[in-house]
Amino acid sequence: MSTAFSAAKFSTQPFSTISHDSPLVFAKPTSQFFGSTRKLRLTSSSKFNLSRRSGTVVAVSDYVKQKTSKSTTSLLITKEEGLELYEDMVFGRAFEDMCAQMYYRGKMFGFVHLYNGQEAVSTGFIKLLKQQDSVVSTYRDHVHALSKGVPARAVMSELFGKTTGCCRGQGGSMHMFSREHNLLGGFAFIGEGIPIATGAAFTSKYKREVLKEADCDHVTLAFFGDGTCNNGQFFECLNMAALWKLPIVFVVENNLWAIGMSHSRATSDPQIYKKGPAFGMPGIHVDGMDVLKVREVAKEAIGRARRGEGPTLVECETYRFRGHSLADPDELRDPAEKDHYAARDPIRALKKYLIENSLASEAELKAIDKKIDEVVEDAVEFADESPIPARSQLLENVFADPRGFGIGPDGRYRCEDPKFTEGTARV
Amino acid sequence: MLAISRQRILGQCFQKIRPAVSELRSYSSAAKQITVREALNSSLDEEMSADPKVFLMGEEVGEYQGAYKITKGLLEKYGPERVLDTPITEAGFTGIGVGAAYYGLKPVVEFMTFNFSMQAIDHIINSAAKSNYMSAGQISVPIVFRGPNGAAAGVGAQHSQCYAAWYASCPGLKVLSPYNSEDARGLLKAAIRDPDPVVFLENELLYGESFPVSDEVLDSSFSLPIGKAKIEREGNDVTITAFSKMVGYALKAAEILEKDGINAEVINLRSIRPLDRSTINASVRKTNRLITVEEGFPQHGVGAEICSSVVEESFAYLDAPVERIAGADVPMPYAANLERMAVPQVEDIVRAAKRACYRSVPLAATA
Repeated sequence: MSTAFSAAKFSTQPFSTISHDSPLVFAKPTSQFFGSTRKLRLTSSSKFNLSRRSGTVVAVSDYVKQKTSKSTTSLLITKEEGLELYEDMVFGRAFEDMCAQMYYRGKMFGFVHLYNGQEAVSTGFIKLLKQQDSVVSTYRDHVHALSKGVPARAVMSELFGKTTGCCRGQGGSMHMFSREHNLLGGFAFIGEGIPIATGAAFTSKYKREVLKEADCDHVTLAFFGDGTCNNGQFFECLNMAALWKLPIVFVVENNLWAIGMSHSRATSDPQIYKKGPAFGMPGIHVDGMDVLKVREVAKEAIGRARRGEGPTLVECETYRFRGHSLADPDELRDPAEKDHYAARDPIRALKKYLIENSLASEAELKAIDKKIDEVVEDAVEFADESPIPARSQLLENVFADPRGFGIGPDGRYRCEDPKFTEGTARV
Repeated sequence: MLAISRQRILGQCFQKIRPAVSELRSYSSAAKQITVREALNSSLDEEMSADPKVFLMGEEVGEYQGAYKITKGLLEKYGPERVLDTPITEAGFTGIGVGAAYYGLKPVVEFMTFNFSMQAIDHIINSAAKSNYMSAGQISVPIVFRGPNGAAAGVGAQHSQCYAAWYASCPGLKVLSPYNSEDARGLLKAAIRDPDPVVFLENELLYGESFPVSDEVLDSSFSLPIGKAKIEREGNDVTITAFSKMVGYALKAAEILEKDGINAEVINLRSIRPLDRSTINASVRKTNRLITVEEGFPQHGVGAEICSSVVEESFAYLDAPVERIAGADVPMPYAANLERMAVPQVEDIVRAAKRACYRSVPLAATA
């Protein structure tokens, strides 16, 4: 996979507009961030065709690194934000490690896909969202659910298949839904979540324009992997999102592997961020192992969407420390590659940053670690003690309107039969 | 009081002498006639004006006025935000519709024909049908997928398949198939108002046919219940079940059979899922013979399900084996004479009815 990204010109059109309300976008670091890229433009060679009205390709990692090393007085985050990010990433890691333990003890079953190593992407993006913004994910969705605010107890119970789970045990590891936290799944088919996310973004725009809910500026994030970027639905949605200027951010978690298929073996042009401008939206590549860089890019992309400027494609270069799923023997990946990324562990990097910049002390971070351990253990206990679903739950929730089961042999609607969902009625 | 009882007696007399031979068209005297196309168009119009959350999405639904002109005039009336012309991206825009439905909007997604829905079937089944279950009731999907289904005239193998059996086998979906204008209006309105995903299978050849409708049908609050079949024609000798275009054929066959003294009861299924098993079984218990008619492929079709249901519930009442009439077990040929042989015709229904009534030599089962 290529790592050299040449500096590209920023087309100023999408970014130079005076933004309106959201204080997030006006945070000091963001404007400084753009200042640095504008400076860079003067020095880069102008080989790129500026007549394309669409967004351009940019590699953020170098610029942000430059900026942070230059300025010692202005940090990218405050202490509270730093601790929040650290806690969220440790939460994700501890939870996934506990899932692995539970799986090998037989408490969890089926397909379980763990997110170790990719926490920076989830935390970097989702912690910037409001409750009403939505997140659509894939089967690797436990940490997205936790970052979005679904309680650990609900997620763990769902994984154990208990009735107290967030989907009452009917969804499972790959199908996490939460109406309250606007987590729209949880899809097993890759690429399936992308049109759903585009539809959620469409609703936000529809509410504003047709239903006249003037302040509806909800943004949708679609998370998916590198393998998905070769799927037809991905391209169809890039087209329609850009065509209709929908408030969505397409976040590619490029962990270089789709089960055992390496990204370079499956893709004609492995640089995914380049596919954005082909459809008329900016494409950005960012180092997904560094939560601060991800957060900077996320701020801008989410801000763009909130202002109504349309979609963005963000490619996060990240890595999963474990196999594709707990059933994957993970034999094809080179140990040297694994070590290289293990050295760039996002949690360790953030810890180092916080301590070096005197934002937090070792003791404070250890206290957070301990607190998270307790939360995860409590979640396991709760899930263990929760009851399994009753037999009558089998036929529930198939339809929102229960008359969908039709008319029974006695001429009345099946759902009117009091014994219908006790498992005694014939289906 | 005497006057009332006289009226009642008169009414009963009228019912007895009502000619059983005439088709639906000539029943009502002063009723208005509208085409199925007008029925669908007016339903969409009324539902869109009643609820601002309803919007249309599909290829050519806007400026082209609809590939089959079903959505004519709606773009001018409701604007491009509510009548969306999409690019040719079935999977994409179906998924977008489902995502919008997650948030409480009510999309009506049009497929130019249901053959193209195969490109989007992942979203119809996996995201629309199963979501309410997977999320344990948190997220319902009030979406309607509509479009022409089944064989048209001379359009070849890839444009002629009937998808009723495929969609009706999936839990979480409701599958409706109207026949006449009253069905079209009532069922489409019920589908749009329904909180679950509905697959609405129309028929291209019926779009231009007009049927009489009463004033009640033309009222904007009219709707038909989902899951109830209609007995189009009452009879005593044999039950013929059909849906969509085959209802018309079955009614014609019933007229021909009447001349031979066979009184056929024709059931218009209207709802393929949930199937109105109670009406079908009640009818079979009355007539003791059953013929199922459908246009789609025979194996694992709608007729197979009806046959099983009757054998399970009314076995003792059957006096003859159930006759299943379906399309030929081949991809639809193009040549006109071959196409005619690949789709059930009125003569096939008549012949099957006679076999069921033991009026002819029993035929060996054809492929």
